[in-house]
Amino acid sequence: MNDQPLVDQKLVKYHFVAGMVYLMVALMAGFLFALQFLQHYPHSGVEWLSPGRIRMIHTNAVAYGFLLNCLLAGAYWAVPRLSGHPVWSRFVSWFLFWAIQAIVIFTVFGILFGPTLGYKWGIQHWLQAQAIEWGETPILIDPVVVVGLILIAINFMRPIIKGADKPLYVSLWYFSAGFIWTILNYVMGNYIPEFYTPGASGAAIAGLFIHDLVGLFVTPLGWGLMYYFVPVIMKRPIWSHAVSLIGFWGLAFFYPLNGVHHFLYSTIPMFAQYSAVVATVGVEVVVMTVFINFVATIRQQGGMLSTSLPIRWMFTGIVFYMITCMQCAYQVLLTTQQIIHFTDWVVGHAHLVMFGVFGFWILGMITELWPRLVDRPWHSRTLNTWHYWLSMIGTITMFIDLMAAGLVQGFSWRSLQPWEESVVASVPFWLFRSFAGTMIFVGQILFVYNMWRTARAPAPAAAAQPVTGLGAQPA
Amino acid sequence: MKQTLLIERFGTIALVGGLGFFALSVVIFAVIPVALMKEVKMVTIEEISQHVLPDFRDLAERYPEQFKKYFGEASPKTYAEALRLGRDVYIGEACWHCHSQFIRPVSNEDLRFGRVSYAGEHQTELQMPPLFGTRRVGPDLIREAGRHANDWQAAHLWEPKDVVSTSVMPSFKWFFDKPADPNGVPQPNKRGLALITYLQWLGSWAEPLDPPILPELASAKPAEAAPAKAETKVEAAPARKPQPATTNPYE
Ligand code: HEC
Repeated sequence: MNDQPLVDQKLVKYHFVAGMVYLMVALMAGFLFALQFLQHYPHSGVEWLSPGRIRMIHTNAVAYGFLLNCLLAGAYWAVPRLSGHPVWSRFVSWFLFWAIQAIVIFTVFGILFGPTLGYKWGIQHWLQAQAIEWGETPILIDPVVVVGLILIAINFMRPIIKGADKPLYVSLWYFSAGFIWTILNYVMGNYIPEFYTPGASGAAIAGLFIHDLVGLFVTPLGWGLMYYFVPVIMKRPIWSHAVSLIGFWGLAFFYPLNGVHHFLYSTIPMFAQYSAVVATVGVEVVVMTVFINFVATIRQQGGMLSTSLPIRWMFTGIVFYMITCMQCAYQVLLTTQQIIHFTDWVVGHAHLVMFGVFGFWILGMITELWPRLVDRPWHSRTLNTWHYWLSMIGTITMFIDLMAAGLVQGFSWRSLQPWEESVVASVPFWLFRSFAGTMIFVGQILFVYNMWRTARAPAPAAAAQPVTGLGAQPA
Repeated sequence: MKQTLLIERFGTIALVGGLGFFALSVVIFAVIPVALMKEVKMVTIEEISQHVLPDFRDLAERYPEQFKKYFGEASPKTYAEALRLGRDVYIGEACWHCHSQFIRPVSNEDLRFGRVSYAGEHQTELQMPPLFGTRRVGPDLIREAGRHANDWQAAHLWEPKDVVSTSVMPSFKWFFDKPADPNGVPQPNKRGLALITYLQWLGSWAEPLDPPILPELASAKPAEAAPAKAETKVEAAPARKPQPATTNPYE
């Protein structure tokens, strides 16, 4: 063994804290933008708080602030345990931690002030948001992000390769592929449509980018962590190894072929649009096997859903995953697209996937790990329960509400009513959406407060029992 | 120890799953579409700006002082500058998160907005990166040219609710200079003028919705032929109509 500890707990803790801070920022931004839809935007006329810019803060703070930080925290916890080796370098890990925060802060700065200062300085195009959805990171710092992603990959690849003399556990398949995909995808999505391919072919690539960021970065890291945490917390092996194999390779094959489904009925060559539709239905069928695998695992000890909050979070996320996948396979059909494309239906879908699935998994992980990271039991279990129910009910409400809004909008447009009619008809849904969002927001505030109180509590008596029973590795 | 299958090994996962499958997707969705589009040359901003639209000259007449101060003359050079800046403003304010820029051949979109989008019209430098958009809170803008006059656009950007009371579009007051006289009317500044120029350019190459199909939309124009056309338009729309022989660099 070398001198570094297997897992740098402080690093895991810092990543979780940073992730939660950005989650609060993202929720605040989402809440503000929701007020714009009710004609009650509080900062109307303030340039740097322009609602459009705030909308981009919402999505980017989620992707690069919340998800990236928290998924990495999980990986820093799990990968060394699974491979038996620490990550490549402690120095690089900490450097990356600060680099990620600097990148996110610069992105926020660029989105909010880039259009103003960049205009003054004549570098608006480079300093402000880049016109790639979910890749609005200003063009100026894209190179830094690429270097960071390469370092992240090396940092985690080292222990994985070192441990590869033993059979690799499922999680590590997802991590290995996921880190490679993320680098390739980031380079492709941020450079090719920006500098080489205009119009339809550029949109095809931008579509790949949006979808691959979900499917080849968030999803593999998320599933990789579930394959670790669920068996470890339940102290049971995953139900079927063969089914895990199908799930992984199905995802690896089909997911990259999905992206163009973001621009159906556009001027992108039709063969590409048809392929994307078929591949999307394909991926949903295959990931259903992963769902079955986890349900079968959790079923063996279903009582834990009421006794273990982390398992409840994770299971809820897995069920939401199944719901979004069923929805995917249906909404991608060209017939459905005629109505629901461009509407709030898709916004509802995105919220269920990003928060209801990956957000829930992360919150489950924090609920499990936080007491261990700060070495104190949770300040209040009641608050944690409230956190779960507020988030769960808020998310499902928002999902159903926006789905309905999408149908109303889509049919209103097709029926050729004046545009205003679709806006007026949406207002009640938007109002309801704001309430649902507020529920989620309040839930997270309670959770952050609970985290803070837990960390600040006096040290527990020396003889106190260990706070949770993690530790064993899955076989 | 149980035997490791080939598909469980790190090398296979990294090379086949990580690199190989990704490369396959790039071939199908990037290389082939780019190859298919090879014949359609990308139109540069410089080429576009050779054909200065009347709306740009109208801005010069309507806001003479502002125009002189920020652009000087209405010329191909200043037109190019305005288009480029207008596009950047459109990106920075996230207009593209509430407005799309392509018309689909379904859901009666051709009746509402006009001619269905065709690949050539996006093959311009101003669509790099593409501004197709994925959400329509407001209407599509790829046929916006000429739909409203410049002063409508200015008033609308200042405070959309003043123009369309139900609008949820944000107001963009920073695209205007404060008038010296407290009772004066705010005038668009450089970014405002550029944005209006860009909006009036969007779709200037496609024939307008003429005659308008819907009675509501038709109020400004004679509506005699409208109902008959409505039947045929659905069929006819996707086919390309020959463009007037004037410079149409988009096809
Ligand atoms: C929050 C979403 C939102 C944002 C951001 C937004 N708009 Fe709008 N826009 C709307 C809505 C809703 C309408 C329809 C009501 C109206 O006419 O105001 C609209 C209408 C328009 C129209 C009139 C279209 C027509 O043909 O009647 C134009 C032009 C327009 N927007 C341009 C812009 C520009 C330029 C920006 C960026 C500076 C922008 N919009 C940002 C929501 C938005």
